[in-house]
Amino acid sequence: MVILKELGTPIKIVWCPGCGNFGILSAFKSALVDLGLERKQVVMVSGIGCHGKIVDYVNINGFHGIHGRVLPLATGIKLANSELTVVGFAGDADCYDEGWDHFCHAARRNVDITLIVHNNMVLGLTTGQTTSTSQPGFKTKSTPFGSISPPLNPIANAIVSHATFVARGFAGDPKHLQNLIVQAIKHRGFSYIDVFQPCVTFNYLNTYEWFRKRIYKLEDEGHDYTDKWKALEKSLEWGDRIPVGIFYKEERPTYLDQLPHLKAPLTKISIGNVDITEIMENMA
Amino acid sequence: MKINELSVLIGGEAGAGIARSGFLFAKTCMRGGLHVFGTIYYQSLIRGGHNFYVARVNRERVYSQLDYTNLIIALNAETVMVHKNELDYGGGIIYDEDDIQLTRESLERNDLKLYPIPLKRIVREDLKERRLVMRNTVALGAAFALLQYDLRLLEGVLMDTFKANVAESNIKAAQIGYKYAEENFERNFGYRLEKLETSEKRIFLNGNEAIGLGAIKAGCKVYVAYPMTPSTGLLHFMAANERKYNMVVLQPEGEVAAINIAAGAAFAGVRAMTATSGGGFCLMSEGLGMAGMTETPLVINVAQRPGPSTGLPTHSAQGDLRFILHASQGEFPRIVIAPGDIEECFYETMRAFNLAEKYQLPVILLTDKYLLESQRSVEAFDITLIKIERGTLITERYEGEERYKRHKLTETGVSPRALPLTKGAIVRTSANEHDEYGFTTEDPEITTEMMDKRMRKLAFLTKEIEERNLAMIKFYGSKEAMATLISWGSTKGPIMEALKILSRENIVVNYLQVLYLQPFPKNKVEKVLDTAKKTIIIENNKTSQLSSLIREYTLRDVDHKILKYDGRPFNPGYLSRRIKEVM
Ligand SMILES: Cc1ncc(C[n+]2csc(CCOP(=O)(O)OP(=O)(O)O)c2C)c(N)n1
Ligand code: SF4
Ligand SMILES: [Mg+2]
Repeated sequence: MVILKELGTPIKIVWCPGCGNFGILSAFKSALVDLGLERKQVVMVSGIGCHGKIVDYVNINGFHGIHGRVLPLATGIKLANSELTVVGFAGDADCYDEGWDHFCHAARRNVDITLIVHNNMVLGLTTGQTTSTSQPGFKTKSTPFGSISPPLNPIANAIVSHATFVARGFAGDPKHLQNLIVQAIKHRGFSYIDVFQPCVTFNYLNTYEWFRKRIYKLEDEGHDYTDKWKALEKSLEWGDRIPVGIFYKEERPTYLDQLPHLKAPLTKISIGNVDITEIMENMA
Repeated sequence: MKINELSVLIGGEAGAGIARSGFLFAKTCMRGGLHVFGTIYYQSLIRGGHNFYVARVNRERVYSQLDYTNLIIALNAETVMVHKNELDYGGGIIYDEDDIQLTRESLERNDLKLYPIPLKRIVREDLKERRLVMRNTVALGAAFALLQYDLRLLEGVLMDTFKANVAESNIKAAQIGYKYAEENFERNFGYRLEKLETSEKRIFLNGNEAIGLGAIKAGCKVYVAYPMTPSTGLLHFMAANERKYNMVVLQPEGEVAAINIAAGAAFAGVRAMTATSGGGFCLMSEGLGMAGMTETPLVINVAQRPGPSTGLPTHSAQGDLRFILHASQGEFPRIVIAPGDIEECFYETMRAFNLAEKYQLPVILLTDKYLLESQRSVEAFDITLIKIERGTLITERYEGEERYKRHKLTETGVSPRALPLTKGAIVRTSANEHDEYGFTTEDPEITTEMMDKRMRKLAFLTKEIEERNLAMIKFYGSKEAMATLISWGSTKGPIMEALKILSRENIVVNYLQVLYLQPFPKNKVEKVLDTAKKTIIIENNKTSQLSSLIREYTLRDVDHKILKYDGRPFNPGYLSRRIKEVM
């Protein structure tokens, strides 16, 4: 069982002071402690961006992959060794722009992995450009006259793509987020948390204050997360009031559940003497 | 009368079951102890185009199709019109007289034998079948009657290929065709097939299936691929065997996903593979670099077809060699193997998995449509030949004194490879430059050390391959020769046949096949060049990419180039004429 102290690494944290990523980092570490997992059981996968550095800050297995490919990478790891707990950390550009095509398919496929998106509504590491979750009119160096297209709605997309656990958290409320992460990891199937993560350096609009003014908790208003229509309705709520918490949750067989021939993790199957004589017989 | 020397062409509309009929014909020949090669030509459409299958049968080993055919089985009129000039002297045509009326006069060929059969009428009236495709089997039955071959062999193949009720109606169709030909035609066809006794156990398969068999035997546990001709057959083969062999075979949302899923699986510790063609490989190239950087063992089959861009989707080419060697940014070690025949597809795939794990890098099998979709009878594979070698893999417990370093600097460049969940080890890696632990770094010294470490693996690998005498090249023919042919990949088949043709004419040439293109077997190639009187390179591309590679490594030019880039493989007769011209 891991204790918090063991989860640190010698690597110096290079996020801007006050960055929302700190909230995600501490929530995740505490969630691991809550879950009582061992360090060797868990694999973190991250994309490229400020968020991606998180793998270096937690002393567990990690794969810092390329931009946009957190989901396929995490999928492959889980398929190969179902005994691992696999958690992906992606940026909003990483997941909703570059890697968008993987998102609905991971939801559909329902491999038992967890995805946490650091949604700061901006490309952080490339010094502040618009992403697909940036607000209309958002001015950056790549959109000096303001972002034109309406933002993407990842929560609604996840729900209609058959994701089995859909939630939103706020990096400014790490306790609440920690609890969401615990539930997401415990969930069997594809679990997804979009996290509002203020970027204090490049996002002048969506600040801690901006979020605090609008956010309310679904659980405080008795939202029934087993009701798909209600979840979808809630996912469309935006403006003065923005919900966080679990939107939707259902139990559905995972991808691997539906492969009845797999009795053990693939990594445990001995490969020394695979017998191909029968296929060759059929070719004779 | 020619016995056991035959080339047959079966042609018809796309969707008319041509590939299947070709397969049935060829396999029937193999079952009689004969050697067979079969290849399918088709277009990128599902219905209406012209498809044809060419089967070459012989008492000796065969490696490719020929330039001509002895018997055309025409399942539509177009087949006759397109292929009549390919008929050798004394050839025959089986056709449906309701499709087309033929006379020797109208064909201007007195030598031809015409075998009109009311194929469709037989299907409707005698067989009372609605499935028109049954006429193919009627025609096959008739063909074996003309060839005086044992019909029971075809019946056996039909029984093994189809479900019982389908097999039964096909057998009936074959028998009617056989009888029709016996009753209506004189025994005047100049070609016969005769059963031969053999103690060799043979199987009939194509390149995709051979690679699939190699992968399964090598213990591949995750196969992920998005359909793209000519690699799709491998996906089908793996999917069909997913359950029996405890694999996960997954068709994801595209090639980018495919290579990243495969990389994730390999990182977690299973043998993983993907395949695609050039277009898909463009999409995979970033993932390829990630595998190189993170030292993740991956096997990728890149199945070439003519480019640029979508090119000729269902045809063959060798235009991607340079692309494969250099794909992805930066410098990292990779292995590129180009199997040239069905046997090499199997054995080199098994080897590819060993190399990938031992040296912790991506291994590319560079193949093409002609290799992957041509079928040949070969000796059943020797499964004891290549043992599984997993290199420095640690699965149970890491017991080193220091904290585990996934990218530990070593003399060979290869680090001990623990897997996630290994006791005593935390396993981390990064697509960014990283230190020995796998933590991202920008330190100039570590950057240099890590680059050197990764590239050192190539030298280690080259040394090991040489010490163990693994074939990186193959050499055919006598040392003393008037010229040396050089090639890579699927051109091997037609070249082996051209060698036979030339030796019959007392023209002595030998042949260097370059099997490994990276690491390039410089010394071995140089040694051959040292004694070659004249060098002739043969490739299915426009710019002769292998000769540029030879020049790069040996500072020598080849003397002549025979290049073909129309999407079709070389025919051996054509090839031997071109060889004679340049000699
Ligand atoms: C294929 C590719 N395209 C572009 C980049 C450059 N790049 C680095 S980080 C980044 C996006 C960062 O945005 P986000 O994913 O939102 O992460 P954040 O920095 O905001 O955490 C981009 C585009 C890259 N590394 N790879
Ligand atoms: S740029 Fe923004 S996202 Fe990146 S570390 Fe700074 S505050 Fe955080
Ligand atoms: Mg971002």
